[in-house]
Amino acid sequence: MTERLDVDVAIIGGGIAACAAAVALREANLTVAVLEKRLCGAGASGVNFGGVRQQGRHLAELPLARRARALWDDLNRILGEDVEFEASGHIKLARSEAGMAELERYAQDARGYGLELTLMGANAVRDALPWLGPRVVGASLAPEDGHANPRVVGPAYARLARHRGAIIREFSPVRRAVATGAGFETEADGVSVKSRWLVNAAGAGAGAVASWFGERAPVAPLTPNMLVTEPLPYFVSRSIGVVGGDIYLRQIHRGNVIFGGGHGWGDAERGLARPATDVSLGAMVRAVDIVPALKGAQVIRSWSGMDGQMPDHIPVIGASSTTARLIHAFGFSGHGFQLGPAIGLIIAELITAGASTSPIAPFAIARFKDWVDGGDAGQPVQMD
Amino acid sequence: MEWVVAEAKAVVIGAGPAGLRAAEALVRGGLRPVLIDEAERPGGQIYRQPPAGAARAAAQLYGFEAKKAVALHAILPRLADAIDYRPRTLVWNVFGNRLDTLGPEGQGGLAFERLIIASGAMDRVLPFPGWTLPGVFTLGGAQIALKAQGVAIGRRVALVGAGPLLPLVAHQYARAGATIAAVLDVTPLAAKVANAPGMTADAATFAKGLWYTLQNAIAGLTLRFGVRAIRAEGERRVVGLAWRDAAGRAHRVDCDAIGASFGLRSETQLADLAGCAFAFDAVTHQWIPQRDAAGRSSVPGVYLAGDGAGVGGADVAELQGERAALALMQDLRLPIDTGRATTLDRRLARQARFRRALEAAWPYPGHLVDAIADDEIICRCEGVTAATLRATARERDAQEMNRLKAFTRIGMGRCQGRVCGHAAAELLARTLGKDVAAVGRLRGNPPIKPIPVGGLP
Repeated sequence: MTERLDVDVAIIGGGIAACAAAVALREANLTVAVLEKRLCGAGASGVNFGGVRQQGRHLAELPLARRARALWDDLNRILGEDVEFEASGHIKLARSEAGMAELERYAQDARGYGLELTLMGANAVRDALPWLGPRVVGASLAPEDGHANPRVVGPAYARLARHRGAIIREFSPVRRAVATGAGFETEADGVSVKSRWLVNAAGAGAGAVASWFGERAPVAPLTPNMLVTEPLPYFVSRSIGVVGGDIYLRQIHRGNVIFGGGHGWGDAERGLARPATDVSLGAMVRAVDIVPALKGAQVIRSWSGMDGQMPDHIPVIGASSTTARLIHAFGFSGHGFQLGPAIGLIIAELITAGASTSPIAPFAIARFKDWVDGGDAGQPVQMD
Repeated sequence: MEWVVAEAKAVVIGAGPAGLRAAEALVRGGLRPVLIDEAERPGGQIYRQPPAGAARAAAQLYGFEAKKAVALHAILPRLADAIDYRPRTLVWNVFGNRLDTLGPEGQGGLAFERLIIASGAMDRVLPFPGWTLPGVFTLGGAQIALKAQGVAIGRRVALVGAGPLLPLVAHQYARAGATIAAVLDVTPLAAKVANAPGMTADAATFAKGLWYTLQNAIAGLTLRFGVRAIRAEGERRVVGLAWRDAAGRAHRVDCDAIGASFGLRSETQLADLAGCAFAFDAVTHQWIPQRDAAGRSSVPGVYLAGDGAGVGGADVAELQGERAALALMQDLRLPIDTGRATTLDRRLARQARFRRALEAAWPYPGHLVDAIADDEIICRCEGVTAATLRATARERDAQEMNRLKAFTRIGMGRCQGRVCGHAAAELLARTLGKDVAAVGRLRGNPPIKPIPVGGLP
C-alpha cells in the first residue's frame, strides 16, 4: 500500500530548514513533499540549546546568520505561534588573556560583516553581570543575539508548510533516491515520490544520501548534552558562551537554567542518543565556575539528540556537484538552529532562481571531493 | 572529569520486600551483592520504618503485616558484612552496565555485571477539582505520614481511592485516632462481588481485606462505592469534600485533609533507562517493563522484581525478589536450589490469578478523567491545564506524549511526568479519539529524580 506522489520538489528531512524551504516553495507555487524519518523538528532542530547566536560563528556563516537574524524578529507572526525568542544578548566570556585577545580579533573581523560586538574588560563585565564567577577576565557582547525554544520552531514550520499545501509525511524514512532523466524517484517507507527537484536536508543521515549520487560528504554524528535546572529566580539575563565552547548557558523567564557542554553518547546507526554522565557532571562543574550561584540548584532533566557535523564545522549548502536539480543543505555542526529560517529561503532561491542572494560558495559540497576519512572531526565546537 | 567507577557482580536497587529478599537469596548463593536504597532504613514504602529514635511497636505500625515487616527488617542486621548496603543513595541513571548514584558522599558510579531493579510503586494520581489544595495527599502519602512520622494528615480526614489500599488506610487512620469523615471508592461494588471468587485464590489476603472492611464497619466507617465527581472544597486549604453517589445524589462532608489516589503505578524509569522492553497493560492502563516468570527483563543481565514491573503487592514482591535472585545466579551458572525455584514459581502463579481478580475488582476509574474540566491543572510543576492539553492535541498536531510534552511542557518539571504523565496520556487519547496505548509514553532521560549542580549543596 505505497502512496505515490508526483511533485515539483521532494525534500528529504523535516527539520527547520527543510520545512522553511517547503513554505517558501509553496509561496512560489511549486508542489512539495517533505519526507521525515520520525517527526518534523525532532532531530537536530529540536534538541539543540536554543541559541539564536551570530557571535562566534565562522566568518563565512555570518552573512547567513545576519539574514536569519532579521527573520527571527518576525518569526512569531510568520509561524502564528510563540517560539519564545528573546533578544537577551549573547555574551561570550574569556577566561584568559589569550581568550580575550581572540574575542578582540573576532570583533574586528565581524565588523566587516555588519555585526557590532561590544568588548568589555573584567571590571565592566562584573559591573554589568555581578553574578559571574571570578575567572572571567573579559567578554564580548552581541546585544541582538538571544535564544528561543527549539522544541517548537521546527513543528511550527511544518504546520505552516502543511497549511500552505505542502505534503508532509512523517515516520517515512527514505531508503533510496535515484536520478532519472526527468528528475528523481525517492522511495520512503509507505510513500514513493517522483519529483523534478530533490533536496537533501537529512541532517546526520545526509552523507548517505549524498553518496547515492556519487558525492563525498563526511558527516559525523554530533550529540549535544543538555541539562535543565529546576526554576530559579530569574537572574541570568544574557545567553552565555565561552571562548573554547566547553560550556554554554541561558535562563528562561520562567526560571529554568538550560546549559550544555561537550557531547553525549550516540549510536548513529540506530539514531539513538543519550546524555553522558561524565560530560553532564563536567558541565555542572564548569557552569558553577562561571555562574557560582548555580551551585546546589537541582538538575531536573537532560536531553541529547543527533546532529550532523562536518570536518570543518561549517555546513554543506548548495547545488550538487554531480547531479542536476539536487540541492544539499546539511551538516550544520551543532549551530544550525539560528540559521534554519534563512536556509529555507536559500534552498527555495536555488530552486526557483538557480542562485541564492546569499554568499554560499564556501559551503559547496565539492570541498570534500578528495576527503580521506580519518581526518580531525573531533574538535570541540560551540553548539547551540 | 574523571572519577572512579567501582565494579560489582550483582547489584540490587531498592530495599523493599523484593529487594531485601533478592539480596538475601544472593548472599545465600555465595555472592556479596550491593544493595542500594533511597531511604534511611530498609523496608520500602509498605514496611517503611520510623526514623531511628522514634521507634514504635511493629503491631501498631503494620497491623496484620507486623510479622512480615519484622522479618524483613531483620534481614540486613543478620547479613551484616555479607552485603554491601548503601542507604540514602539515589540511583539516578542506568546506562549500559553502569549506575550513576548520589549518596551521602556525593556522586558515584557503579558498574554491574547483573542488576535487579526493585524500584517499587507510587500512587496513581488523577486530578479532580481542588486536588492541588493544601491538605490533599495521596493515600500512600497519608500512610507514610502515619508510619514514618507518626502523624495523621489531618484531624478530620476524608479518604478516596480505587484500590485495596483504601480500606487499609481507613483502618489504620481510625486506629491511630483520626476522625474519618468519609471513605469513598470511585469504582463500583458490583465489580468486587463479581470478582470475589477469583480473589479467594489468595484466601489469606482476601480474608484480610474482608476483615479490614468489617473492622471499618464496626468503627462506624461506611465504605461507599461507585462514587463520582469528587471535589475538594476550600479557598486556601481543604475544608470539605463533595461527591455524587452512583444514583447521582450530591453529598458533602467537612474535613481538614483528604487522602486521595487511584490505585498504584510502577516506578519504571530505571527499567526504561536500562533499555528494557515495555508493553501496555490494558487493565491497569500502564506501560510495564516486560519480564519472564523468573524476573528476567528483555536486557540480558537486568532483572525486575516487585511492584516496579507491574503491581502485585508486598507478598508477591518478596517471592519475585527471591525468584529473580535465583534466576540471576542460574544465569551466572551458580548452583541454586531448583526445588525452591519451583515452589516460588507455583506460588507466583497462584498470586497472579489473585492479582487478575483484584485488578478486575477495582477497574480503571476512567469516569474521573472524563470529568476533568478545562480549567483543571494537570501538571502542577509547569502549571499546565487540561484546556492547554486538549487544545494542543487538536490544533498543534500532537499525536503522542513526547510531542505533547514538547509543546506544552507537561512532564518537564521535577516529577518528570511520574505524577502528571498518566492523566495527560488519558486526556490526549480521549481528545484524539485514540486508544491510550496509541499515544505512547514519555521518553526517559536522566536524572530520574533531581540531582544538585556541583555535588551536594
